[in-house]
This record gives sequence, structure tokens and C-alpha cells, in this order.
Amino acid sequence: MTTEYPMPSLGAGMSQATVIEWYVTPGDVVRRGDVIGLVDTDKGAIEIEVWEDAEVLEVLAPPGTKVPVGEPLLTLRPPGEAPAGDRDEDLPAEGLPTEAPAVDGSARVEERVRASPVARRRAAELHLDLSGILGTGPGGAVTLGDVEEAVAEGTVARPLEPHLRVTPVARRVAEDLGVDPEKVRGTGPAGAVTRRDVELAAEGDWRSPRRAEEGRRAEEEREAGEQPEPDRHAAMRRAVAAAMERSKREIPHYYLATTVPVEAALQWLERTNATRPPRERILPIALHLKAIALVLKGYPELNGFWEEGVFRPAEDIHAGLAISLRTGGLVAPAIHDVDRRSLDDLTTAVRDLVQRARAGSLRASEVTDATVTVTSLGDRGVETVFGVIYPPQVAIIGVGSVVERPWAHSGMVGARRTVTLTLSADHRASDGHRGGLFLEEVAALLQTPEDL
Amino acid sequence: VNSSPRDAVQAALRAAFRRIAPEVDFDGIDARQDLREQVDLDSVDLLNLLVALEEELGVEVPETDYEEISTLEGLLQYLVSHLEEET
Repeated sequence: MTTEYPMPSLGAGMSQATVIEWYVTPGDVVRRGDVIGLVDTDKGAIEIEVWEDAEVLEVLAPPGTKVPVGEPLLTLRPPGEAPAGDRDEDLPAEGLPTEAPAVDGSARVEERVRASPVARRRAAELHLDLSGILGTGPGGAVTLGDVEEAVAEGTVARPLEPHLRVTPVARRVAEDLGVDPEKVRGTGPAGAVTRRDVELAAEGDWRSPRRAEEGRRAEEEREAGEQPEPDRHAAMRRAVAAAMERSKREIPHYYLATTVPVEAALQWLERTNATRPPRERILPIALHLKAIALVLKGYPELNGFWEEGVFRPAEDIHAGLAISLRTGGLVAPAIHDVDRRSLDDLTTAVRDLVQRARAGSLRASEVTDATVTVTSLGDRGVETVFGVIYPPQVAIIGVGSVVERPWAHSGMVGARRTVTLTLSADHRASDGHRGGLFLEEVAALLQTPEDL
Repeated sequence: VNSSPRDAVQAALRAAFRRIAPEVDFDGIDARQDLREQVDLDSVDLLNLLVALEEELGVEVPETDYEEISTLEGLLQYLVSHLEEET
């Protein structure tokens, strides 16, 4: 049975996206959760994942194609389900009933070029289109020899366009480093040149004066003819504008704030981090995320979606983390199952997400899955932030910067570090009283960080 | 081969910035002004920067030394002196 893999919806308001690159080619076997391609949306370039184990049969939308949401991008079939023709060559497994031939699937499969697996791999490495190579193997299949011969004689038609085998991020980094990405050896899927490949190539040549000179020249040229990306910025601005306009038009927000002493939590963190190398340190935002998620379990009316006049609570707690981009705009990719993850794990997730958001390589599940949002304007930022809810979510929690204040406790005043926590919530789904209890519980949980 | 530890640190810093903040113009940073304010590094970026430098140079900057690395020049000198300590 073949199935179609449609263009996913990557957020409210998105109607279409452009295929930038496929990381898979027909014949590849993919696993549930694998990233299979990159599409360009008004939220930037986003990697899309596949949600079943499958073999890729056919690419319906080649790079450069604009595809509406829901329209097919690829055809897939369950892995191991060989077409009738191939199946005959296999020995049937003993004692197992033979399945009926997949008639539906085999018709399409015939269109696929017959080739031996080694030939297929070699062609992918060389970015050659198999259909342009004359097959001399059994049944006209392309053999490894055919591929090598076609290359040697230059008879191979339609090599994949070189610009399709460099990922966008790699291309940008290459530009910055003055490296010609077309000359870099690719180690990514199907030989794609990745950012790491470019960086390695640049570092390998780092000390070569010629390369340094070329790099400088490229940089000067680039500065002279600076080409901004107005489209990208304008598109992201429009996406933020559309979501926020809808939010303020449709969602009756209410706002609450409470100031929380975080001295105990920060001292605990400082003690914990003192003996750890940077890669193992815990970030304060991990404490906040975990505390918020644990308390949210008891407040389902703050975690979910308001759609078509009804509230639908979410089963899991996926916190969107608002990340502002220095180039302008904002993304709020999700960290999945925050309530079930350790502080170390959450820190790693936050670090990875921020780095990828800056590099423009978020994944589809990250931009669509958030059930609630957490916003923090940074540890050097403002004391208080009241967020605007990202529809159709129903709450956004704000974490302000750490401020040292005089704090009265048991009749004594002392200096304490504090943070202002806020809640902006949808009054259709919840009420201020419960919202207040929620914030108080988070504040209380932050007093015993060792329990997080 | 890099001629001096300072060059090695400079190269590592440049590579680290490219990874954690590709949109920052590294050569435009004023080495004596507050680094985080200048290029808008948040606490996550800062930790990512220190992890990248740890991987590249093997120098671990403890949180208690963050004051010393508030400028690019401060960070550079800190890394150079700790590199020399190790070798």
C-alpha cells in the first residue's frame, strides 16, 4: 500500500511552503521521527519529519516547488513491502503465509529505475540521476559498472543541480567563511554539504594565506554589495503580526504577576554547577520550565487549545520557549514532555533549541507541538514580562530577570534575589483565581529546587 | 600551525561564535566593551559559547569567573592564561 506524505501544517495561518531540499531519495528507508527534508515557511526554514517507518517511493515535489498544506510531497510504502516483481526473486520465508502482491504499489514501482543497491548508493554519492544511465544488468538494471562508465564517458544526463546539495545553513556559513560550498566534500544525506563540512573545510584551510586572502576578498565584496534578506524578515514579521493580531482580537487575556524569592534556587544551582564543566551545567531557565510544567499538571485549563468555541486540554506538556532572534522576529519552538525530563536534560534541550533557532534549523514537530508558552526576556532583561498568548494556546508564562531586592521575612529585612513570574491566560478557558493559585504553586516549588 | 596561543584562542573564539551566534559580526566586536550587551548574548548563548570553547580548547570557565570574561579581551586573556597553565 502506498501512502502519500503531505505538506504538514506548520502553524496557524500557514497555507503553503516551498521545498528547499530533500534529505532522502527514492529507495531510502526512513524511520519514524527521521528528518527527511527542509521546507521554507514564513517562520523560516523548517525541517520536516516522517511519522511512520517507510520506504520512500517517489518525490512528487522537487526542490523549488511551492506546495499547499495537505498536498502530497512524497509517496511512501511500508518498509520491506517489496513490489511483486522483486518479490519473486526472494525466497519465501518458511512457514509464513505469502501476502497478496501489492498491486496498488507495484504499478508505481515500475516507474522507479531498476538498479543494484551499490549502484544506487554510488549514484547518490555522485548526485547523479539514475534514470539518465543505461542499465546493462538483469532486466535492464543499472549496475555499479554502468554508473562508473557513465561518469567516465560523461554520458550521464541531468546531474542533480549543484545548488540543491548544499544545505541553506551550510551555504550561509560558507559565504561567511569565503569557502566555495560546491567544492566541499559533503557528508550529509545523499552527499549533501552540511554546515559542519563547510566549517571543517574552512578550518582545514584556515592557515593557508591564499584562503585567508580569498576569504577577506569575498567578505569585502559581500560588504560592498550587502544583500539583506528583506523577504525573510518581512515574512517572519507578517507571521508574528498575524498571530498576535488574532490573539488580541480573539483572546480575552487576563494578567497576573507575583514576585518570587529565588535565592535558595540560585544558591543550589551555583553549588551544583561549581564542580561541573560548562557542558554539564544547569541553566536557571531549566528550573523554571520544570517547576512550571510540574504545576501545570494540576491546572489542565492552562495547558491546551481553545478551538472553535471549546477548550481542548492537551495530554502532554510541551512548552514553547520564546526565542527572539537577533536578526529580528521571534520563534517559540517546543520542548517536549517538560514535566518528565531532568534538569540536565532540559538544559541540553534549551541549549540545542536556541542554537538551532539562531542557525535557522528548527524541526516541524518543534514549531507545531507547543501546548503552552514560556517567555523570558533574558537574564539581563526587564523585571517583568506579560506575554501575548500564541493562539490557539490558552496561556503564556513570563519569567523576568533576576533582581536583588530588600525582602521581608519573619519580621526581618534582608537582600534577596527575586524573579517576577507572570501569567497571561485566556479567560474563556480559566479564571484569575485558579491562575493565581498556579503562580503561587510554582513559586513554592522553586523554594525546593532539589525536588525538581 | 598557529604561532601563538593568542592566535589559537582567537581562531577558537571565531569558530565558536560562528556556531552559537552565526548572525554576529565577530570582527565588529569592540574587545573592551561589555561583550554580552554588545552582541546581545543571553545566558543560553553564553553557556553555549563556553561549551564550544571547552570542547575546542579544553579550558573550563567556572561560573565564579564570569566577571573576568565580561569583555572579549577579558575572555581572550583568560583563555590564553589558562591554556598556558595547562601546557
